[in-house]
Amino acid sequence: MSAISDQAYLRVLPAQKLPPPAERTGIFNWLRENLLSSPTNIVLTFLCILLFAWAVPPLIRFFLIDAVWSGTDRDACLASPAQMHPGACWAFVRVWVSYFVYGFYPLAERWRVDLFFVALTLGIVWLARLSTPRRDLGALYFFVGLPILSFILLHGAPLIGLPVVPTSLWGGILVTVVVATIGMVFSLPLGILLALGRNSEMPVMKLAAVGFIEFVRGVPLITVLFMASVMLPLFVPEQFAPDKLVRALIGVALFASAYMAEVVRGGLAAVPRGQYEAARALGLTYWRMMGLVILPQALRVTLPNIVNTFIGLFKDTTLVFVVGVFDFLRTVEAARADPKWTTPNTTVTGYAFAALFYFVCCYGMSRYARSVEAHLTRAGRR
Amino acid sequence: MKRLATAFALATALALGTQAAPADTLATVKQRGELICGANGTLAGFGMPDPQGNWTGFDVDFCRAIAAAIFNDPQKVKFVPLTAKDRFTALQSGEIDVLSRNTTWTLSRDTSLGLDFPAITYFDGQGFMVRKALKVSSALELNDASVCVQQGTTSELNLADYFRSNHMSLKTVTFATGEEALKAYESGRCDSYTTDSSGLYGERQELSEPSQHIVLPEIISKEPLSPVVRQGDNQWTDIVRWTHFVMIDAEELGINKGNVDAKLKSDDPETRRLLGVEGQYGEALGLTNDWAYRIIKHIGNYGESFERNIGQGSPLKIVRGLNALWTKGGLQYGPPVR
Repeated sequence: MSAISDQAYLRVLPAQKLPPPAERTGIFNWLRENLLSSPTNIVLTFLCILLFAWAVPPLIRFFLIDAVWSGTDRDACLASPAQMHPGACWAFVRVWVSYFVYGFYPLAERWRVDLFFVALTLGIVWLARLSTPRRDLGALYFFVGLPILSFILLHGAPLIGLPVVPTSLWGGILVTVVVATIGMVFSLPLGILLALGRNSEMPVMKLAAVGFIEFVRGVPLITVLFMASVMLPLFVPEQFAPDKLVRALIGVALFASAYMAEVVRGGLAAVPRGQYEAARALGLTYWRMMGLVILPQALRVTLPNIVNTFIGLFKDTTLVFVVGVFDFLRTVEAARADPKWTTPNTTVTGYAFAALFYFVCCYGMSRYARSVEAHLTRAGRR
Repeated sequence: MKRLATAFALATALALGTQAAPADTLATVKQRGELICGANGTLAGFGMPDPQGNWTGFDVDFCRAIAAAIFNDPQKVKFVPLTAKDRFTALQSGEIDVLSRNTTWTLSRDTSLGLDFPAITYFDGQGFMVRKALKVSSALELNDASVCVQQGTTSELNLADYFRSNHMSLKTVTFATGEEALKAYESGRCDSYTTDSSGLYGERQELSEPSQHIVLPEIISKEPLSPVVRQGDNQWTDIVRWTHFVMIDAEELGINKGNVDAKLKSDDPETRRLLGVEGQYGEALGLTNDWAYRIIKHIGNYGESFERNIGQGSPLKIVRGLNALWTKGGLQYGPPVR
């Protein structure tokens, strides 16, 4: 028996990889496989393209091509021989944008609001970017320094020469951001405590947590805000009644925390029992067990839901108008009644601007959550 | 037992104390250094902010007039935007001193809320808008017309009443919101669109060609708009009422922002009494004698405020109509200062 050497030809190196057949690659193949793979798919693709062609070009034409970008009053946005079918009236938004941002905040003091926005952005970036240094300091800044700074900046401190700006003058994006931020910052810790309370073995804690959560979830937010604005002043003397914005803030924060509690509870339930038992077996106290073992796992699981709640909360801030606080959406609604600017397109443009703002904010939150999720998944795999 | 009684008395006093709003509103306002005025915030021409966040409007100017009378400074007002729902509570609880928010004076509101309506600053009522091309000049020619109206409003009821009492047949087309009704009217679904006439002028501007539409002269319902104050503080009620009346009187006497200083030297006894050159009329109200002068100097007379905010000087171009002086065929009539 001869060995391999008897063979006339022996291939030692692996053959070079051939490119896949032409019909399996390229844009046409991608199209065929993904868009035209079956009769149903063909019909659906065709319908989607039709829908797209029907809906998108008019929107682009209205909001961009035919839009009016500058002008001093409504005449600019009305049909004229030069422009028979004017589109969105962005000139209106440009004139009113400072009101959308600051509300009635006094003109001379608006730099304080700008500074607040900068300080807030700094805090968010510091805390939210996973790669920034000293995030422990960032947390201290965000949860202790920033609230004090914001209060001094926005409300004022006559001692250091900042005149007081009562909250009745706050408005627009400022109010929306303040309400949403405070709601988020308070609802997460409160929600975690409530969730732990609900899972607690202490009957009083459990009853209190369940009672609170179920009560809050059983009542519409708008009802609570309405009660706070209409009933509260009748029971409490005017000088002791909390500020209107504070009422709204408390209402929104408590509401969000009840929903947050249920979200966190879902996460707690997803952590296997063995983890609790193992932590106990190591001799960890309740708080250390929760803080070191259970909550990190639970919060990771529920992160998408937490962000979902935040996004819901951000949009719920529009309800604060029932206590007479002019949030962003309300300022847009107020401005659209301006007779100097009422045209057939003013209202549409105003609402489109509002939609754009809310979309950018909510989509930003959602993207951020996705990236953190991806990061945590990678970390979890190691 | 005695202690119990004391505790009970204290509790009652506390409870009542929380209910009773400040009794002497003028003193409270003076001490605070500013007037707090409930306003609309979203009604064009009557109460809304400008792009810089300053409050403007006809109802807003009324509050500024009160502030001018008290402080000689129309800026010493804090405006609180209120919704239709919480406006009366805000007044009852003492959160605001006066409500100036296009509020209709009705018997039930006057009697059941513990509030008073000092004076009618604007006679509003429901009106009709039609296309010029329809060549109609009176609502009585609207027989067989289709009318767009917002569902569930008093406008809808008034409309039916009006057509029935005039033996005309009506085709009502209702919509959930006023905006939808207006859009439907513009697209030709209806011959006419109806709502309160003060609103009609503003909404006409939302049409693509406002000049092609007219507001008919008929007013088919009564909506007298008045500022509102708490019942029981008669001095404050008088101040609010007479703030309106002196603005009317000033217009009647031909006194305006521009000539008020010159009019101080006038020989006309009525003018002299109004401006406080003669008599102690301002002090009788708890104010200074030149209070009316301050109002006219800072705000102007009734006509000036009207034209500037909602009349010919504004984009709304509301005609005076019922709000003209009584000498010019309207209903605005100011009792004499004497």
